[in-house]
Amino acid sequence: MGRLFAVEVIYRGIFQKTLAKNLTRAIVLAAHHEGKPGISFGRYGDSPERNGIPAKAFAIVGTDDITLEEGMAKYEPKEVDITVAVDDTLFKGVESWAWYGLQPVNRLTKPNGTIIVTSRENPEMLIAMAHRKETPYKLAILKGTPSFSGLWVYKDDHTDVRILGAIARLQPDLFSLESVKRTILEEWHNEVKATSAERAYERVSTVTVQPSQGNPEKPYEFVKPKWWEMREGIAIPCIPQGHQMKDAQAAKTGGFQPDRNSTFKKYATRTMRPVVNFDTCIKCTLCWLQCPDTCFDVTPEGLYDANMESCCGCGVCEAVCPVKDCVTMVNEISFSDNSSQWESWRHDKPAYQAWLKDKIEKKRERSHGFRYRGQYQDQVPEMLDIAQGGD
Amino acid sequence: MAQAAVEIKGTDTTALITGSEAIAVACQLADVDVITGYPIRPYDTVMQYIAKLVADGQFDCEYIVAEGEHSQFEVVKHASAVGARVFTGSSGVGWMYAFECLTVTPALRIPMVAMVGNRALDDPGAFGVEHNDALAVRDLGWQLVWVDSPQEALDTALIAYRVAEDRRVFLPLAISCDGAFLTHSQALVKIPTREQVDAFLPRYNRGDLLLHPDNPITVAPQANEDWLMEIRRQTAAAMERSPMVVREAYADFEKKFNRSYGNPFFEEYMTEDADVVLMGMGTLSMPVRVAIRQMRKEGKKVGMVRMRWFRPFAAEEVAKCLGRFKAVGVIDRDFSLGSPYMSGVLATEVRTALYPSSKRPPVLGFICGLGGREVTVPDVNKMADLVYQAAEGKPLPLTQWIGLRE
Repeated sequence: MGRLFAVEVIYRGIFQKTLAKNLTRAIVLAAHHEGKPGISFGRYGDSPERNGIPAKAFAIVGTDDITLEEGMAKYEPKEVDITVAVDDTLFKGVESWAWYGLQPVNRLTKPNGTIIVTSRENPEMLIAMAHRKETPYKLAILKGTPSFSGLWVYKDDHTDVRILGAIARLQPDLFSLESVKRTILEEWHNEVKATSAERAYERVSTVTVQPSQGNPEKPYEFVKPKWWEMREGIAIPCIPQGHQMKDAQAAKTGGFQPDRNSTFKKYATRTMRPVVNFDTCIKCTLCWLQCPDTCFDVTPEGLYDANMESCCGCGVCEAVCPVKDCVTMVNEISFSDNSSQWESWRHDKPAYQAWLKDKIEKKRERSHGFRYRGQYQDQVPEMLDIAQGGD
Repeated sequence: MAQAAVEIKGTDTTALITGSEAIAVACQLADVDVITGYPIRPYDTVMQYIAKLVADGQFDCEYIVAEGEHSQFEVVKHASAVGARVFTGSSGVGWMYAFECLTVTPALRIPMVAMVGNRALDDPGAFGVEHNDALAVRDLGWQLVWVDSPQEALDTALIAYRVAEDRRVFLPLAISCDGAFLTHSQALVKIPTREQVDAFLPRYNRGDLLLHPDNPITVAPQANEDWLMEIRRQTAAAMERSPMVVREAYADFEKKFNRSYGNPFFEEYMTEDADVVLMGMGTLSMPVRVAIRQMRKEGKKVGMVRMRWFRPFAAEEVAKCLGRFKAVGVIDRDFSLGSPYMSGVLATEVRTALYPSSKRPPVLGFICGLGGREVTVPDVNKMADLVYQAAEGKPLPLTQWIGLRE
C-alpha cells in the first residue's frame, strides 16, 4: 500500500466552478508527470450550482494504481492533505446544496494538514472565523480576491496557478514545482502563468492554528430518519407559519416572525449581506414582500429586520428599496456573527448608526453575483501584479 | 482557459477525461455522422463535450439539439435509416420520455448507439445512479452493456458500433455509465489513433435496408396479427446472433488495440480460488475490488464477477462460471418491486440463468447503492459475510437491502 493524497477545493458555485475544476485537473496532471495516477471530480450532490452555494471538487492521487483505487472506493474523501478555499467567506462554514448540514471549512483537513485560502485578510481574522478543530492545522494565505479565473467571459488573474505553486511548496511529495510548470505550459501554453506559480512557490508561508483557536460554536447538525420513520409518499411536513415577535425593551409583542427550517439555513451561501438603516426606513414593505427567502422579520413597530440565519444574500431587498442607502449590501467578510440588526439598533441607536456607517464605508467590494460590469477587468491588473511579485 | 478538447494524434496519447468525455472522443474517432441531444443530468456531460469538439472544429457531424427526448431519439432513428452513423443518449426520466421511440427502434433494425448516464427515476428528483432507467428496455431488443471506467467507456463505445452495425445484428445498443461515479470523474485514458479505429471499425453499410430513392422501400407499414409474430422472431434471431458478433468484436479489438478485456460478457476478479463471489454491474466494482483485497488478507476467499453485457445475457457462461462457487451474492443497483423474492433485476436473471444447471449455488440478492448512495467497503464486507453464511447452509432472506437507514 503506497501513499494516498487528497486535495479538496471549496468554492462557490457557479462562477468558481471552472476554477475549481481546472485546479483539481491540474493537480492530477502534475502528479501524473511524476508517475502518480489520479482522478479529479466535482462533488455531484452540489449541483445544480446556484450562485454562491458552497461546493467542492476533489483531486485524489496515489503512488500506484492499487493505492489510488483504495482512495477512489470512497466517493468523498474522509480526510484531505490540503484544503483549498477560493473564497475567504467560506471560513464561516460550508453548507452544501447536498444538505449535509453546516460543515466547518477545516472539517476534512488532516491533523497538521494545510488550508490554502485566497484572501486580503490577516490570519487572525480568518482563524477566528473558522470553527475550532481538535487537531492543529496550517493556514496559508495567498493574497487575492475571490477569483472567477477560468470563467470564459472573464480575464485570467492567475489564481489557479498560484495555488498550484503553493501546493508544490507545501506538499512536495505530491508534485514538484517543475511538474507544476510543465503542466501549466501544457494546459495553458502560458510562460507568464508558470512564473506566477513559481512566485507563489517562493513566497508562500504558513501559520499553525491550534485547537484552542477559532470559532467555538458547534455547527448545527441533524439526524436523518430511518426508512420506516419517514412519512410515506415522499410527503414532508410544512414549516409552521410563524409567530409574533417580542420586543423585550418595550415589553411589547407584535409583528411577525416566520418559522424557519432548522436543518437547512442557507446563510453559508451569502457573500454579501444587507445592512438596514431603520431610521430612514419608510415601512413600504417592499423588501419583505420581494425577499425570495422570507428572511425579513416584521418587528412590533412595523420595521423589517433581515434575519441573518435565513438570508442567503441575494440582494433583492437592496434592489427594491426606494429609499437611498436604506438597505445596503456589504461584503460578508465584515461580519463575525448573525445577530439581529434591529435589536442592536433598539439597544443603542447612535452606536448602531456609527456601526452602519463604518460597515458601509469600509467594505464596498462587490462579490459574486453583485459584481458591477467591468469589475473583474478592474481587478485583474492588481491581481497580476500580486502574482508577479508585487504586494 | 477552459479544459482543451482531446486531440486525436497519430500516436497513442493519454488524456485526463471523464467517462462521458471518453464516449464523446469515441464518437469523434468513429466519425459519427448525426448526433442528437437533449440536456438532462448526468448524460448532458457527453453533450457538452461533443459541442466543444464541434465548436473547436475537431469533429464534423450534424449535431442537433432536439426539443425533447422523444424527438431526439426519432431524429437519429431516421438518420440511421438513411445510412448515417448515429449517437444519442439520455438519463433517468429523459430516457423514459423517449420510451415510445425506444420501443420502435429494435424492430426496424436500427443500429443506434446511445449512452445512458444512469440516474434514478423521479420521484423524488435525484441525480444519483440507479440502473432502472436503462433496464426498462431489457425486454425490447436493445443491447445493454455496463462499463466501469472511462477507458472501458471509450473502448466499449467503439466496440458498440462494430456490434450494432454488423448486418447480422442491426439492433440498437445502449452503453450505461453510472451517474457521477463515471460520468463526472476524470481519469487517465489512452486515446487510440484514427488509423487503429479505421482498421477496427468498418463503415456503416445499411445495404438493402437503406432508405434511399435508389433503393425504394417502405419502412414500418401497418401490420397486424398475420405478421407481427414473424417480425418479433426476426428481431429475436438478431439478438441470438449478437453474442457471436460481440465475441468477434472483442477478439479483433484486442488485435488492433493491444488491450484485452478477456471474456467480453463479464469480468472475473480473483475468482480462481474463490469460495464465494459477489456480482454486480458498473462502478460498484471499485469498492468490491478494494474490499476483496482486504478480505483476502484475512483469509476470506471472495471473488467478483462484474457483468458487462446484460443484453444479450450470456446465460450459459454465467451458469458455468457461478457453478464453481459455494454461494453467490448479487448486488443490484436497481429494484424490481414485486418480482420473485422481491429481488433486483440482475439477481432474478442470474437465478433464471442458473436453473437449468446441475450446479446451482445459493444466490442472495442485495439491493444497494440506490439513488447514487455510495456502496461502501463496509457494505461489501457485510454482503460477503452473508454470502459466506449462505454457503454454509444458513437459511437467509433471499433479498436484503444494504446501506439503508433501518
